[in-house]
Amino acid sequence: MKKYLFIVAFVFISIAHSQNCSSKFFGNVHDFHDGSPILDASIYLETIDRYTTTDFDGNFSIENICDGTMTIVVSHLACETKRFEVHIKGNTKYDVTLEHHIEELSEVKIEGKGPAKLTKTSQETHLDTKMIEQYSSLSLGDALKQISGVSSINTGNSIVKPIINGLHSSRIIVMTNGVRLQDQEWGIEHAPNIDLNTAGNINVIKGSNALAYGGDAIGGVIVLKPSNISLKDSLYGKTILSGQTNGKGFNINSVLTKTYKEGWYVSVQASMKQFGDFKAPDYYLTNTSSNFKGFSVNGGYKTFEQGFNIYYSFLNNEIGILRSSHIGNIEDLVNAINSQQPLVIDDFSYDINAPRQDVTHQIAKLDFYNRFKNFGRFELQYNYQNNERFEYDIRVGGDKNKPAIDLTLKTHTIKASLKMDSNENAIYEFGFNGGYQNNFANPDTGIRRLIPDYDKFDAGMFAIANYKLNTKTDADFGVRYDFIRIDAKKFYQTSRWDERGYGDDFADIVIDDLGTQLLTNPIFDYHNVSASAGLAHKFNNKHTLIFNYGLSNRAPNPSELFSDGLHHSAARIELGDLRIKQETSNRISSTYQYHHSNLTVSLEGFYNHIKDYIFIKPTGTEQTVRGAFPVWSYEQTNAALFGFDITVKYYFNDNWSFSNKSSFIKGRDLNESEALIDMPSFKTMNILGYSNEKWFQLNANLQSELVLKQNDFPNNNFEVFIPSTGNMEFVDVSSTPPTYHLLNFESDITLDVSEKTNLNIGLNITNIFNTSYREYLNRLRYFADDLGRNIMLQLKFNY
Amino acid sequence: MKLFKKLCIITLSSIVLASCSNDDNPVPVNEEEVITTLTATLTPVGGGTTITLQTKDLDGDGPNAPVITVSGPLSVSTSYNGNLQILNETETPAESINMEIEEENDEHQFFFQATNSIATFDYADVDGNGNPLGLEFTLTTAATAATGTITITLRHLPNKTASGVSDGDITNAGGETDIQATFSVTVQ
Repeated sequence: MKKYLFIVAFVFISIAHSQNCSSKFFGNVHDFHDGSPILDASIYLETIDRYTTTDFDGNFSIENICDGTMTIVVSHLACETKRFEVHIKGNTKYDVTLEHHIEELSEVKIEGKGPAKLTKTSQETHLDTKMIEQYSSLSLGDALKQISGVSSINTGNSIVKPIINGLHSSRIIVMTNGVRLQDQEWGIEHAPNIDLNTAGNINVIKGSNALAYGGDAIGGVIVLKPSNISLKDSLYGKTILSGQTNGKGFNINSVLTKTYKEGWYVSVQASMKQFGDFKAPDYYLTNTSSNFKGFSVNGGYKTFEQGFNIYYSFLNNEIGILRSSHIGNIEDLVNAINSQQPLVIDDFSYDINAPRQDVTHQIAKLDFYNRFKNFGRFELQYNYQNNERFEYDIRVGGDKNKPAIDLTLKTHTIKASLKMDSNENAIYEFGFNGGYQNNFANPDTGIRRLIPDYDKFDAGMFAIANYKLNTKTDADFGVRYDFIRIDAKKFYQTSRWDERGYGDDFADIVIDDLGTQLLTNPIFDYHNVSASAGLAHKFNNKHTLIFNYGLSNRAPNPSELFSDGLHHSAARIELGDLRIKQETSNRISSTYQYHHSNLTVSLEGFYNHIKDYIFIKPTGTEQTVRGAFPVWSYEQTNAALFGFDITVKYYFNDNWSFSNKSSFIKGRDLNESEALIDMPSFKTMNILGYSNEKWFQLNANLQSELVLKQNDFPNNNFEVFIPSTGNMEFVDVSSTPPTYHLLNFESDITLDVSEKTNLNIGLNITNIFNTSYREYLNRLRYFADDLGRNIMLQLKFNY
Repeated sequence: MKLFKKLCIITLSSIVLASCSNDDNPVPVNEEEVITTLTATLTPVGGGTTITLQTKDLDGDGPNAPVITVSGPLSVSTSYNGNLQILNETETPAESINMEIEEENDEHQFFFQATNSIATFDYADVDGNGNPLGLEFTLTTAATAATGTITITLRHLPNKTASGVSDGDITNAGGETDIQATFSVTVQ
């Protein structure tokens, strides 16, 4: 192409000579960041079809051209091409800046196999589009379990919350397209409201080192980003269709993207999933049907120097909760635990009855950025999120169709950041964010509010420095400060207020006495300081070592502070405590990576000391007219979590590979010298893979998943008097399910339908042997087995 | 750059507008399904002292335990006509829950149990399907004096056709417990 242009230009120059024009167009081409000259950039005057290149100092000059407006195209290998108009009158000087650090341009697709990481010195794992698409019909939590050290805490199989190194819920930040998800993430039965299909890339950063996202990510950060957009005139799309045997369900997801080379783009995505009752090997899991609808629009304008992005997403999840898990008092719980199978088993159905959840989450985001020459990138973002949560219980009479929980959480956030990257050896990033959140608990439910009405204000600022000490060593440091104020209006039953002993400590927050209830106005301020430091050293092409340290604080969430009363879906009385302080984590970790032609190894180790760790544990029983209920109270202790994660992949040859992913974690309550509750047990996955480009790009793998029985758990079992038998009965809420082993199979082929269209066909079988098992971290393990065999067929069109 | 500025202004003004919170106090929730009180009234068939068994928990699911009262001892070898009165006394006047149970009688069933064989029970009412309900019942005391307990349980959505359930055996009933109260009773 260049040769051709050169010939054309040469011919033209000869012709131009005959014209009576004598102006000169000259200037310099240099790097945007550091101003260094760019050698051998091509300057093409499109209007008159003339051409030159820059010299060693980045200078160029074209003589003998006519006055007038010219379209100029400046390009250089590994730089973004620039196109602009210049008005030439006499000798005209024009300086051009090009973006040289092309790998930092998010719109440019990164070729090669190197993972696209967001940090240099953290324990970070990247999931690419192909890995995400495989889980199109499942949830974020399911997809992340591919990562060693990431597991999940479930309520059934549809409500899946990710756990990073033993920590979950409020200790994990989920970022979606630059927005921190605010969706009542505190509850275990509140899964992140994310449609996995909106993500093109997912990065999981373990620990709190990524301070730009927040200071309270004691567990880690999950960053979801939409697919990269290339700057060219194009229209393309993707449709995924899948059907599966278990739940007799389907999933459809479609994305259509239009891009323009000038920088405009718009992408529209919609998805829908519907499943009926899922099946354990021996019975249907009655009332586990679910229905998901998602829609998103992502559009804007982006060039290297400036751009903006408008994003809107809508997601509605309607999820049935296992019928048998809805129980009354402690006697029902004893009956359920002692019964080997669910007490209600009906025929297969698509109906979603109570108990069920109906959650709608909407995100609207606007952000824009501007780059300044020899300086850096400034970005400003505003987002609004609306989370509406209904939970329906089995109720009587006129309340049957009335939700038991009706919460609306609205969050406004504004944030600004400045990344100074003119010197690639010392990059600085500063940021500020402010937010306002309002929770409204609708009193029409006829049930006392589980979470009170509150306003929350927060403001945070951070500074991060990344240094490239030499070609082999990177270091970074960060500090962050966050202020959080919670201003709640909460009713307490007078009896509960007295039982908690709040009368002495909190008498001043009572604003109204209604006899049996007190209206209070707790206002709590929290100051959180976070810091991080990391070092990554690459000894040679094979060995890399990473160290990092993170200090972070997390303020208690509304559930930990204010919970008070019977949680129907858990059949227990949950009590928060106004006295709970923030928790402080000190985490050190280290990673060793080995990379050689056919072997890659990653060993990650961590130790996380959490002062005033907030957790909930059984503390006794309370009698009501309904009978006795177990009481679970939020408490604080000093805790230590430590463990290691292993990822190994070995290629025997071009076709066969073997990989292993294992994670081991221990959680200790240092005050009580006992195990922490709800810690993932040892898990190891061995995967035998086969791929062959010649057979329609076949990929197939056989996965063996082994999860050992958790032997380290606190014994919270107790005995309770059961009136209908007249005996003291043992309530085994602590014992863990036995070891289980599952075998899964995944395969896919890709067919080229036409030049621009391909079809990928995937066949996945999970739990091939239809093994009955229960998982410790599934809250419904008392009531039913986990899922049996599932065969899924997935068709994916790229066009 | 113009676009950039405009977007800044729109963003900032929308935040200012959206941040106006209202300072009104929330209204207290009227708990609708709370059962505070169960009263069993036992009237001797041949006449005599009426005995009441009552459990009352005015703070509902709150920390205070129910207050249980038994008005007096039962007589040996006596049949009592029993009926149950279920109230929500958090409201004024107290709301009777009996009607709701009667309306959905096929979804509810009371169970009666006694220890030390101090009494036996029979259902005196049925639901729309002819299965027992238990708002009305008869209690027959033992022939010998003894002390023991009587437990009254209300199950919501029991499996009324399961084995033994229509005879008052709770073992296979399933469902959720809405009321459960145990009374210490003397038969003399």
